[in-house]
Formats: sequence, C-alpha cells, structure tokens
Amino acid sequence: MSRRPRGRDERSLGASVALHATLLTATAIALFPVLWVFLASIKPQNAIQSSKVTLIDHPTLENYRHVLFDTSFPTWFLNSVVVAVFTMVIGMAMSATAGYALSRFNFPGKRGLMWVFLITQMFPVAILIVPIYSIMASLNLIDTKASLVIAYCTVAVPFCTWMLRGYFDTIPRDLDEAAALDGLGPFKTFWYVILPLARPGLAVTAFYTFLTAWGEVAYAIAFILSDKKLTLGAGLQQFVPQFNPQWDLLTAGAVLIMLPASLVFYFAQRHLVAGLTAGGTKG
Amino acid sequence: MTTVISAGPGHEPGPARRGRVRRLLDRHWYAWAMVLPTVLVLGVLVLYPLFQGIYQSFTDLNETNNRDLICTQTLGGGEDCVPNPDRAQFVGLDNYVDLLTGERGHFWLLLVNTVVWTGACVFFHYTIGLGLAVLLNRTFRGRSLYRVLLIVPWAVPAFVSAFAWKFLFNPRFGLINSLLSNVGIDPVDWFNHRWTSMFAAIVTNVWLGVPFMMVAILGGLQSIPADLYEAAEMDGATPWQRFRHVTLPGLRPVSSTVILLGTIWTFNMFPIIFFVTGGEPAGETEILVTGAFRAAFEGLRNYSLAATYGVLILSMLVVYAAMYRRVLRSKGEVW
Repeated sequence: MSRRPRGRDERSLGASVALHATLLTATAIALFPVLWVFLASIKPQNAIQSSKVTLIDHPTLENYRHVLFDTSFPTWFLNSVVVAVFTMVIGMAMSATAGYALSRFNFPGKRGLMWVFLITQMFPVAILIVPIYSIMASLNLIDTKASLVIAYCTVAVPFCTWMLRGYFDTIPRDLDEAAALDGLGPFKTFWYVILPLARPGLAVTAFYTFLTAWGEVAYAIAFILSDKKLTLGAGLQQFVPQFNPQWDLLTAGAVLIMLPASLVFYFAQRHLVAGLTAGGTKG
Repeated sequence: MTTVISAGPGHEPGPARRGRVRRLLDRHWYAWAMVLPTVLVLGVLVLYPLFQGIYQSFTDLNETNNRDLICTQTLGGGEDCVPNPDRAQFVGLDNYVDLLTGERGHFWLLLVNTVVWTGACVFFHYTIGLGLAVLLNRTFRGRSLYRVLLIVPWAVPAFVSAFAWKFLFNPRFGLINSLLSNVGIDPVDWFNHRWTSMFAAIVTNVWLGVPFMMVAILGGLQSIPADLYEAAEMDGATPWQRFRHVTLPGLRPVSSTVILLGTIWTFNMFPIIFFVTGGEPAGETEILVTGAFRAAFEGLRNYSLAATYGVLILSMLVVYAAMYRRVLRSKGEVW
C-alpha cells in the first residue's frame, strides 16, 4: 500500500512495449488500405481480381497509362481542381471578416448569427439540394462548374467563419488595443495586424475547405450531367458499375487522387494540428 | 440574421428611437459591415433554399409536374405550349403522413439504420480517438512520426476511402475475405445481408473519422495545465484516477464540441453509405440522407418527398442539438 503510484513520465519496459505495439497496430491499420490500393494499382488487371492474395504481382504501370490516356480522368481531375480552388478562395474571402467581427466585437445580432452558423452545419444535403437544384435550373446553371462552386459555398462559408473565429479568438486582444491606440481603425487593424498573425489558421481553413470541395459527391452527381464536366467523385463511380467493375482503372485513379492531396496535407499538417488545437480548445 | 434586421430601421419613428438606432449604427457599423457579405451569402444560398425546401415538402412536386408550361413538338417542328394542368399543388401534410406511416418510402427502416450508423460511428470515433490521443500525449521517441502517419486517413477524400474499403470488402477477391479464409472462417458475402453490409460501412467511416477526433482531443489534452497532474500525483492518485478526475473533466469543452459536430456530420454522411453499400441489399442499408437523395434524383424524381425527408432530418438534428446543449448547461458547462 505504501508503494507510490507511477508518475506520468515513468514507464516500465512492458508499458513501453505495449505503447509502441498499440501505436504500431493503429498506424498499420491507418496506412494499410491506402497501401493496398497502391499495390493493386500496379498489378495487371487479372491479378487484381484474383482471389489469390499477392503483395506484388508482375508490377506494371499499364493501369496508370490506361486511366490517364484512355478515359476522361484528366478532365475530371482538372474540373475538381477548378471547383475546389474557387470554393476555397470565395469561402475564405467572404468569411475572414465575419470571423473577425464575431471574435472581437459585441454587436446586436451576434448571438443570432452564431446560431445560424451552427445550425447551418446541421443542414443535411437532402434539404438544400432540391431547392438549389431548382434555382440552378432556372438560372440555366445545371451541368456547369459554377453551380458546384455556389453549392459548396453553402457549406464553406459558415464553416470557414466558424473556424476562423476560433482562430482569431486565440490572438491576444492586446494587439487590437495597441493598434487602436496607434490610431488604426477596425478594418486596418484586421488587415495589417490580425490577418498576418492568423496565417496558420487561414492555411488550415483554406486547406480544409479545399478538401471538402475536393471530396464532395452528392451535389456533383446531381448537378453534373455530361461526362466531360464531372468532378472526380462523380467520375470515379463510373469505373465501378455494378456489372463489370474496372478495379484496375479505379485503383490507379484513386492513387492519382490521393497523391496531390497527401502532398499538400504533409506540408500543411503541422499548421493543421496547431490550428485545430486553437479552434478546438475554444469550442 | 433576423436580429440584425430588426435592430436596424423599421421601428416606429420617434426621436428617442431614431437616436437609439443612430447610436447603434455609430457603434456597430463596422461590425455589421464585416459580417454583411457572409450574411448575404447565407441568406441567398442557405436560408432562401431552406424555406423553399420546407415549402416544397408541403407540395406534390416531382419530375412530371415541375413545369408551369407543357410544350409539345408539333408536326411542323415547332413547339406548342399550354399551361400545365397537373402542376405541383399544395397537399398539406400528405408527404409527412405518407412517410411516417410507411405508405411511401421506408422512413422507419432508414431511421433505425441512421441511428445505428451514427451511434456506432461516433462511439468508435471518440473512444479510439481518445485512446490514441492519450498515448500520443506522452513523450517518447517517434511520437511525431506516429502522429503524421495516423492522420493519413484524414488526407484521403471520403469517396476514395469508400472505394478502397469496398475493394477490401469485395466478396470475390477482397483481402478481408482472403484473410478470413486463411484463419478458417468462411468468406462473408458482405453486401448481401443488412448488418454485415452496415458493418462494412461503419468500419470504413470509423477508419476515416478517427484522425479528426484524435487531433482535436490531442489539442484538448495539451491545454490541460500540467500542474493539475502534478498536484494529483502529490496526492497519490493512480494513473486511472488521474485519467478519470483530471483528464476527462479537462477535456470536456473539446469533447462536447467534437461529439456534437461528429454526430451531426455522421448523421449527414453521404458518400460512405452511397459508395460502400449503395443501399445493398435492396435498399436495406440506406440512411436518411441517401434515401432522400435517391428519392430526388433516381427513378421518378420525387422532389417533394426528398424535401420532406430533409425537413425531418433537420428537425431531428435541431432537437438533438438543443437537448445536448441543455444537458451540458445543466452540468454547468458554459457554451
């Protein structure tokens, strides 16, 4: 009974082994599906669909050549990039000021507005998609990239505002007060003092918005009709119809989609953790 | 939004009133100017469609009656347009009655699926995320490498993960069945039974969602002051007691936010169900959101039924969030 309970940073050898074993297992599970899709993508078509499990079987880049040159995949890719970039830029530009105002000022309507932002996050695709579809149809925007950008802004704008407000909250108010003493108005304070400091938060939000638009499928399937205008999510589906799915095309396509995303992600992840932490603790 | 407007002009004009409005404007114009663009976008893109959606749920709008004019090709190649005699009409609560009594669609089946799906996903997201975050919050070699690698599923777009797991769960040549037969279990025809199919979707979504929880909780853990742990250690608290009485309460602000958000996001998670199970077998694993989507855009497009689903989903989430908030508040949480 007199034995002192173990402190925080002491670990027995067994505990260390258990810690690393758990984390290694978790890491393996996290990486494995991605790795497996990659391994499948460099197998010839008949090896992908064979029930015999092999790690590497006659490695070939044939699937990649096929997906890049014989399908509309490159066009879809470009469409996705355009849609995601526009959504990101518009979302950020609209919401940065609002996030700042919500973080710094008490003004009539603030509480209501915060509620609207929160409730907007709950909006199911299901309730907005039909009305937005009819609006787009009456504006003759169905089957255009613009319709997707506009639809994605319904998600991006509230989300960016919420995230950025959380980040602005972590920047000390003393800075605003000092800027005010130096005679800067609220807009100049925002532009010259706060925005540069908020760069990590902006990066995270931009990145997150980009990924949201990059991965969205419901609107894309509903709004886009012609093959050449599809984005990746809706396009990839065409490789695996119920009968005669072409997993060779799908796996190669999936790797090509993951590659740029993970590169950006790798560079952004440090900021990502810091930014989310700041936003997260604020709740 | 409405508060902003009601605080502006529009009240009875009176000198005192006008002075108040002026003062408000003087004091708050820059704040209002800063939120204005967002408010406009939200109004046009979210609130207007929202009200239109609610209105549509009280009509019988579908693919065949959404036009005000019917145009037919005449023999000469021209078009002949007459007002549509069967335009969409106001039908009151018919859609709701039909849905809730099971006359049309499978509302209750989808609701059960949605609740199981959301409950299971959020539970595993949170517990696994918490476990990993607690491990990663210690100091040891290789910690930042683990952290980067564990975040990988987050970097993969949801639809890609969905296809990757559908590939792994493939009944004919999927890796999971091969592994099962290697340890002597019969291969499972995953998408041929309601709950195995749902299981596949849940596994996919758990894989996808754990990193977010882990990162958010890790942030929360790092914001717990270290002296609390030191004090607990002084008092002779065991590791479990420290976890129970220092870590968990310290995490509460983060936990309450991520659980609420996670529930809402999972409830509305479209791509995983849509691509992994596709509703197989025979629509038995559809959740409410995918059911609404199929009502609106597959087969005979029934826009009003989809809108009804949408209104029901939204009301459930709003009620849930309000209750959640009340429970938190009764526990003394300021949120």
